[in-house]
Amino acid sequence: MQFYFIEFSYLLASIFFILGLKGLSHPESAKRGMHLAEFGMLMAIIGTLVHHEIITYTWILAGLAIGSVVGLAMGLWVPMTAMPQRTALSHAFGAFAAALVGISEFYRFGGHLENRVMMGALGFEVMLGALTTTGSLLAFAKLQGMVRGTPMTYKGQNVFNMALLTVTIGIFVYLIVVPGSMPLFFTMVGLAFVFGLLLVMPIGSADMPVVMSLLNSYAGLASAATGFVLSNKVLIIAGTLDGFSGFILSILMCRAMNRSMTNVLFGAFGSAATAATGSGEQQGSMREVGLDDIATQLAYANKVVFVPGYGLATAQAQHAVRELADVLEKRGVTVKYGIHPVAGRMPGHMNVLLAEANVPYSALYELEQINPEFPTTDVAVVIGANDVVNPDARDNPGSPIAGMPILEVDRSKSVVVLKRGQGKGFSGLENPLFFKPVTGMLYGDAKDTLTRLVQAVQHA
Amino acid sequence: MPLDDPVVQKILLISALYVFALAAFLGYQVISRVPPLLHTPLMSATNAISGISLVGSIVTAGAQYNTVSTILGFIAVVCSTTNVVGGFVITDRMLKMFKRKEIAKKD
Repeated sequence: MQFYFIEFSYLLASIFFILGLKGLSHPESAKRGMHLAEFGMLMAIIGTLVHHEIITYTWILAGLAIGSVVGLAMGLWVPMTAMPQRTALSHAFGAFAAALVGISEFYRFGGHLENRVMMGALGFEVMLGALTTTGSLLAFAKLQGMVRGTPMTYKGQNVFNMALLTVTIGIFVYLIVVPGSMPLFFTMVGLAFVFGLLLVMPIGSADMPVVMSLLNSYAGLASAATGFVLSNKVLIIAGTLDGFSGFILSILMCRAMNRSMTNVLFGAFGSAATAATGSGEQQGSMREVGLDDIATQLAYANKVVFVPGYGLATAQAQHAVRELADVLEKRGVTVKYGIHPVAGRMPGHMNVLLAEANVPYSALYELEQINPEFPTTDVAVVIGANDVVNPDARDNPGSPIAGMPILEVDRSKSVVVLKRGQGKGFSGLENPLFFKPVTGMLYGDAKDTLTRLVQAVQHA
Repeated sequence: MPLDDPVVQKILLISALYVFALAAFLGYQVISRVPPLLHTPLMSATNAISGISLVGSIVTAGAQYNTVSTILGFIAVVCSTTNVVGGFVITDRMLKMFKRKEIAKKD
């Protein structure tokens, strides 16, 4: 009876999880979908609590209580601008939990897992869990600004990493064939922890959307492997869904940069070496424009497109953009937002920030939708974005970012670039857009500039 | 038939592989339909859902196999619960922000 109760609660949870994710195909159905998924999770937890192997509830309840408090605090108070960091941290938590369950299972059998398939799944679980934990923690540190965001490289890095990975997998295979060695198992776990750090070290901040998606995928697959070890179907289903979601996202992100996964992971893009081979000298100079000129242009425009980048998040300028859009719309200007898939530090980062500032999602346009509109756009306002609007990607086959789909703001009648200073973007590339005759530069903090633009437009 | 019987093990493994393959296929179908607009909520939602590894952690923490397992299980319960609760709370919070035009204007 108890067996059926548990299994039924898991089955129900699996169905609700799938329905929940299906709901995410549209913003309107998403909320209801998530409530279903939450209900499913609750069912699964209640089902598990009656498991016959459980003897004492002290540690379970303590863990549930602490986790709920921490989770609730994080969920309620983390600002939307810090969403990439939070997500990285939660990948680390999820993966760490999977690794710990695996280690505990191994320890419980005293390392004598005669079943090779079981040992294989457990090895996967622990290795993926361990490397995702440290990898995600490093990604978190980079995103939080505790560690420099530029790629950390040294000579022979890829060779060293490959060697380490080979040794780790070698131990793994040995453990499957000749089971029972505790020291070897813990060496493997230790090496996997180290490998996670080495994997994320050479990856620059601008490539974070790919890394985040990939770590997402690993964390999910670690959970799925846990499901194989415990022969628990709901774990396999949820873990696989998570794993595939991350995998699909990382492919989408790579495609949005026209780069292969190998290039992102091992290319150390944006390091000093690649910057040197960037495009040649630029013709002309950057034209700095006055705030009032821009205000007049905006006020008398028919159509304005805002193009946000990571700079919008760092300047926390999402509310200021919305205010400017409101003022413009009151004057009858059509306002749209062009969102590049890799703008920001994680997939969908810009959409969430703008939604937070009450921008209706119907005003947010994807790359393919907005690009044909630029020729009829009077003013394109680029806010803290750089590489995603770099025309070199389209025009210069020799550019390191050649072939990357861009938002073609340079096709609009006038372009305004809001930028902190005259420096280059994260990839270290020159951006010819800044030197084009249609482009005007407005230097300064984006939030401050936008707020002053709001006032200027009101008086125009 | 005991659970560690080789035949039972084989059946369990094969059915697990079926579940994995079908879930992968289904996941691909469902997730490719999620618009880029909702990619951040998607990530936090899948994160919360994969916090289901909590059920494994719960058994490990409560079964008293040995002290090490209990301690590891306890930490795992804390980590997964944080993910489940935090993930769902934050997904809800984000989804509430996505509004249609008329509704967004009222605020």
